[in-house]
Amino acid sequence: MQVESFLELSAQKTPDKTALICNERRVSYRDADDAANKLAHSLKEAGIERGDRVAVYLDNSIEAVLAVFAVLKAGAVFLVVNPSTKADKLKYILNNCRAKGLITDRVKLSRIQEQLAGTGDLTTLWIANGTPETTAVPGKRILSLNAALNDPTVPDGPPAKKCIDIDLAALIYTSGSTGRPKGVMLTHLNVVSAASSITTYLENTPDDIILSVLPMAFDYGLYQILMAFKVGATVVLERSFTYPYKIIEALIREKVTGFPIVPTISAVLLQLDLSRVSFPALRYITNTAAALPTEHIRRLRDLFPAVKLYSMYGLTECKRVSYLPPEQLDARPTSVGRGMPNEEVYVVDDKGCKVGPQVVGELVVRGSNVMKGYWELPEETAKMLKPGPLPNEMVLYTGDLFRMDEEGYLYFVGRKDDIIKTRGEKVSPREVEDVLHAIPGVAEAAVIGVPDEVLGEAIRAVVTLCDGAQLTEMDVLQYCAANLEDFSTPKSVVFVSSLPKTSTGKVSRREVSAFAGGTA
Amino acid sequence: MRQELRKFVIDNFLYGKNGDSFADDESFLEKGIIDSTGVLELVAFLQSRYGMTIQDQDLVPENLDSIDNLVRFAEMRIFEKQVQ
Repeated sequence: MQVESFLELSAQKTPDKTALICNERRVSYRDADDAANKLAHSLKEAGIERGDRVAVYLDNSIEAVLAVFAVLKAGAVFLVVNPSTKADKLKYILNNCRAKGLITDRVKLSRIQEQLAGTGDLTTLWIANGTPETTAVPGKRILSLNAALNDPTVPDGPPAKKCIDIDLAALIYTSGSTGRPKGVMLTHLNVVSAASSITTYLENTPDDIILSVLPMAFDYGLYQILMAFKVGATVVLERSFTYPYKIIEALIREKVTGFPIVPTISAVLLQLDLSRVSFPALRYITNTAAALPTEHIRRLRDLFPAVKLYSMYGLTECKRVSYLPPEQLDARPTSVGRGMPNEEVYVVDDKGCKVGPQVVGELVVRGSNVMKGYWELPEETAKMLKPGPLPNEMVLYTGDLFRMDEEGYLYFVGRKDDIIKTRGEKVSPREVEDVLHAIPGVAEAAVIGVPDEVLGEAIRAVVTLCDGAQLTEMDVLQYCAANLEDFSTPKSVVFVSSLPKTSTGKVSRREVSAFAGGTA
Repeated sequence: MRQELRKFVIDNFLYGKNGDSFADDESFLEKGIIDSTGVLELVAFLQSRYGMTIQDQDLVPENLDSIDNLVRFAEMRIFEKQVQ
């Protein structure tokens, strides 16, 4: 099975059912499938072939969803780039995967236009809310996305299928410890497997109405759409949780049954007075990205007494690892649960041997949801994918330390690397340090995570200045904001006269963290 | 008030960067200026600076998503308080 079949089969089964609701617009499965087919033909006509990469750089919107399915229908590989990604990182990603197509909108194009000159493989752009007359990029063909989605002249139906399920469907870029993003390669089989397992344990049905505020560049956000389309449910797609009451109103108005959150959303929800509203249709809430504090769990359950609350854990490299069945929440509030259906998880020691219950070790994941590796990074891939029990089989070494109880439930202990988890996003300290080092006047910098009630971890920059340099916290934050995604921008800056070093002379993040309030 | 609100947004969400980059009627969300934790900071400022009473229902873009919307919302609330 291929991922685009999620849309195609639901369009055959329930053509008139609402697939997507976004702001005031509602789109049926039939109309979504027709529009995605038209865009797929436009992609083919522009020379996008099986296996080519096409980037989608849009806010959560109907167009973004249609673009993802159109790329798949064309036999190509999609990547969704976070709309807050800055131009130079976008350029790095486009060049890294040699993307041939880019689907974006006019406002974003104006921000990235200059950088596109340096993207040699990129041939064609599809622009929402823009026309070739209003936008031009030298050397690139510009097409109107809206015209392509509505073109009455293209044949009905999708282009002829050529892919098989071990072809790539998606690249999902994630922070790496080197500071450069890595593309997680997912096949159709990977995505279908993960979506099947998750919709099984969430007991999703066509009657579900799922509200997502999570960006589609985040696999948790992307899968809300893929999974809903797989079961023929409805997605209420919102751009963000910025205005919480707008989301509360949508939950009530659309009779939402499923609400995926991250701890930051829970922290904001719990600051609101929701005593006068109720959510009779709401069936479940899921949480992942970072564990919910036990106190949040208790208060969320008071607030939503009839709702099933799923604590989950995962990483992009296999999408999801585990879920805690809601009925286990009282017995094991700090557990992230057990392996999902059709997947095996176990804990190993430094030699890769399985350890017994309650022993801390690295978590290993085995299943058809495990990625094919990082795009063109064999060394990085070899650190994560290692031989499994069967010949030529690879299993995923998560880099996360866990212990398992006697009944197979997992407890997170810590990470083997320094990645910071803030607002549900993974941030590489190295990437932020690279930006800090580029500020004139900064001599040395270390970036750490510090505990934060709302963000999980907040990013703190600890810097030393060159002699005579005069920089304020504002100066540093301003520079970071101009060069990093919003979630990667530090929340605070501490100036010190020197930073602790390791025996090899490198700044010791661990020492810095210990003295500057860090979580690690 | 307009200048004060603009200064608050610039100081707190743009790290003091010159605010010529957004117009009074431009959406904070659209421009990537603010997120949900930022909205709560903005609300705390409106409450402490102008003594406004803000309900959860008020946390919608129509009230908070641009300098124009903020000014309109704050003026309305202050007016309501004065005539009560």
